[in-house]
Amino acid sequence: MFNYYLGLALRSLRRNIVLTVLMIAAVGVGIGASMTTLTVFRAMDSDPIPQKSRQLFAVQIDNWGPDNKSIVSGDKERFQEQLSYIDAVGLMNAKAAHRQTAMYKTGAALTPANPSLLPFQVQIRATYTDFFSMFQTPFLVGSAWSADEDKNHADVAVITQKLNDKVFGGGNSIGKTINLDDREFRIVGVLGLWEPIPQYYDLNNDAYGEGAEVYLPFTRAIDGQMPSWGNNNCNGDIGQPGWEGRLRSECVWMQFWAELPTAADVDAYRAFLNNYASEQQRVGRFHWPAHTRIRDVREWLVYQHAVSDEVRILVLVSFSFLLVCLLNAMGLMLAKIMGRAGDIGVRRALGASRQAIFAQCLIEAGVVGLAGGLLGLLLTALGLAGLRSLLSEEVTRLTHFSLADITIAIILAVLATTLAGLYPTWRAAQVQPAWQLKAQ
Amino acid sequence: MEFRPILSAMRRNKVGAILIAVQMAITLAILCNALFLIQQRVALSQRPTGADEANVVVIRNQWVGNPPDQSARLQGDLAALRALPGVVDAFPTNTYPMSGGGSTTGLSLHPDQKNATALASIYFGDEHAIAALGLKLIAGRNFNSDEVVDKVGYTDLKPPAALIITRALADKLFPDGNAVGQNVYEESLKGSVPIVGVVDRLQVPWVGAGGWGSKFNDNSLIAPFHFLSSYPTYYMVHTQPGQAAAVTQAAQKKLFDISRSRVIQRTLTLTAAREEAYKDDKGLVVILAVVCAALLAVTSFGIVGLTSYWVAQRRRQIGIRRALGATRNAIIQYFQTENLLIAGAGAAIGVAMAVSLNLWMVNSFAMERLHTSYTFIGAIVVLLLGQVAVLWPALKAAAIPPALATRAA
Repeated sequence: MFNYYLGLALRSLRRNIVLTVLMIAAVGVGIGASMTTLTVFRAMDSDPIPQKSRQLFAVQIDNWGPDNKSIVSGDKERFQEQLSYIDAVGLMNAKAAHRQTAMYKTGAALTPANPSLLPFQVQIRATYTDFFSMFQTPFLVGSAWSADEDKNHADVAVITQKLNDKVFGGGNSIGKTINLDDREFRIVGVLGLWEPIPQYYDLNNDAYGEGAEVYLPFTRAIDGQMPSWGNNNCNGDIGQPGWEGRLRSECVWMQFWAELPTAADVDAYRAFLNNYASEQQRVGRFHWPAHTRIRDVREWLVYQHAVSDEVRILVLVSFSFLLVCLLNAMGLMLAKIMGRAGDIGVRRALGASRQAIFAQCLIEAGVVGLAGGLLGLLLTALGLAGLRSLLSEEVTRLTHFSLADITIAIILAVLATTLAGLYPTWRAAQVQPAWQLKAQ
Repeated sequence: MEFRPILSAMRRNKVGAILIAVQMAITLAILCNALFLIQQRVALSQRPTGADEANVVVIRNQWVGNPPDQSARLQGDLAALRALPGVVDAFPTNTYPMSGGGSTTGLSLHPDQKNATALASIYFGDEHAIAALGLKLIAGRNFNSDEVVDKVGYTDLKPPAALIITRALADKLFPDGNAVGQNVYEESLKGSVPIVGVVDRLQVPWVGAGGWGSKFNDNSLIAPFHFLSSYPTYYMVHTQPGQAAAVTQAAQKKLFDISRSRVIQRTLTLTAAREEAYKDDKGLVVILAVVCAALLAVTSFGIVGLTSYWVAQRRRQIGIRRALGATRNAIIQYFQTENLLIAGAGAAIGVAMAVSLNLWMVNSFAMERLHTSYTFIGAIVVLLLGQVAVLWPALKAAAIPPALATRAA
């Protein structure tokens, strides 16, 4: 039966080729526009670590108090996203979570061993060994440094494959050294391709940019007085001069993450944080009741507005456009079906049931949807190519079409067009055979 | 023109009329918000920085390690840059307009003020800064060379000896216009600093729509520091007109001749920095323009399609009207009036939708309130679109011969 209806649908679509082409074009451009923006939105909104996003928590501690809110942001609920050095080290020493790491972004000049090559700049993340197991970074060779090396402020480094290719020609560099700002660091591990989008563990700068090329022990970076290359926020009180003064200040410039596998761990860690902040109040550092917060990866991405306003606006605009296209197709379908009232009358008079007419017309709508979806895919590819040429490199990293996106496009096209076809189809099924035959 | 027959005909085609009206309403709502956004982003990307952009070259210099003689090296580099042919002047700084990164401080009028009077972005510079950026000094004086001292990293907390501020910042701090000679207090340093000069304009480094800096776009200060740190430093080189490319090349060669123990991560003119800083804004403008054009096209095809169908459906009636004496113009007018009624209803709904869409965006995003003129323009565009789209089917209707009435269907 389905095949027969499909044949009828195709024949009917061929009979009024102009209307058919218009309908398919309308659905196609609508799907093309909406899928283009949806692809970018889905890339921005995607869960960067689905297997663990409910177990990794960003930690916030209010070390400025209720009177010292940022001047520009007017949102009372928001407070500083980063921690001071005092709190970062306080939480590291407490070891209250299954795994935990403080970290910050820094950088240096790397001088290649070959004297004919010029020094170049590298982005560095200063962190603890738990970073690699918490965020499940793939190792090409070697491994993370040890907890002892964290403790001993060791001159060790983990580098990315890209940097390994550049400096060591892709060879095994374990045990070799790199020179960062005139200091030698021994390589203990090389990371395989690891580019989470967005860089959820530090969304302060370049959330969609390239990440660090070198990872160093946090303790070593602090010893080396490597300043933060990310956000530093001092809110009035900048502390005493010098590096020691910065470490003792209430300036915030560090990120802190805790791994808490079970709900009980989460509750325990919340209690621990509150105790920690209360203790700070008791010793006179905080003059306000404990104000702390932990958020898992997904909550953190929402809180930090990982999806840009522009992309939200474009999704809204393009889906409104799809709606207009579907209304358009619906109008054309209505016109087409009502123009064929005579045929339908004949079929009804010859014994076709209302359901049969309904099914036949709905299949016709589905065929239009499918064709529109295929055209839409083509236009989406064009649209994404357009975005790549128009937008900055950061956004370009978000324009890759996945199999899931293709499936969504086809399903969306068929479903939406069939839905839009419901009313015209219903009208077709209402055709009274007798009236139509009489009018002939 | 009689509306009654049109209305009763429309009642028989309720759904078609509603479909067109809703399409036009959505088109209008999107169109005027998009046009508004386009206008805003274009205006944003055209804001002046105050610098002579085409002829200012940025050289991003970073020393390997943190050499103890950084101060002397800096002086040496700058002297060499100033001596290059085609160079007007040069100075070292921590950031530059449209770079997207920098420092902010709060300025107060009294030492123990709780909230700062104004936020300002900090540019470090020396007595060459004004000439090297091509700024316009409108009051007071330039720095004296003895006011310029070294600042060793951001943790070096000595207050500056003097400040040069922008006109916008001066107006904010001292609305009476007597900023020069006054003292201000920097939020973090608690020190009193005299304002010695005012420049016409120097934009903050952050230029993103609604981002940091958007609320104090023209509030900047220049502090007389040579910044020495392991952070990259920017050498700003003002060249003679048309010399930017030549100077960029000569400067890099000269700097590497002086020392190879450095990283010159990149060089660019401020014009190139502008292209980069506003690339996504311009991209958004193009995307919105394309979507608007597509929206108008789809909506007008929809009108053509449905009206053509109505014409086909009413061939007999039109023939009868023509036979009874209606002119071709009367038939055209009939369809145009019909469309005007539908479009009018659509426009009314569309204006309401446009305003609520905008209000929602104001609440959710960094978006401003829609100007009434945009809804007005949008409504007119949609009404005109309807009239143009309906013309072709209407002409086809007018061509139906009166003799049709006499033939059987």
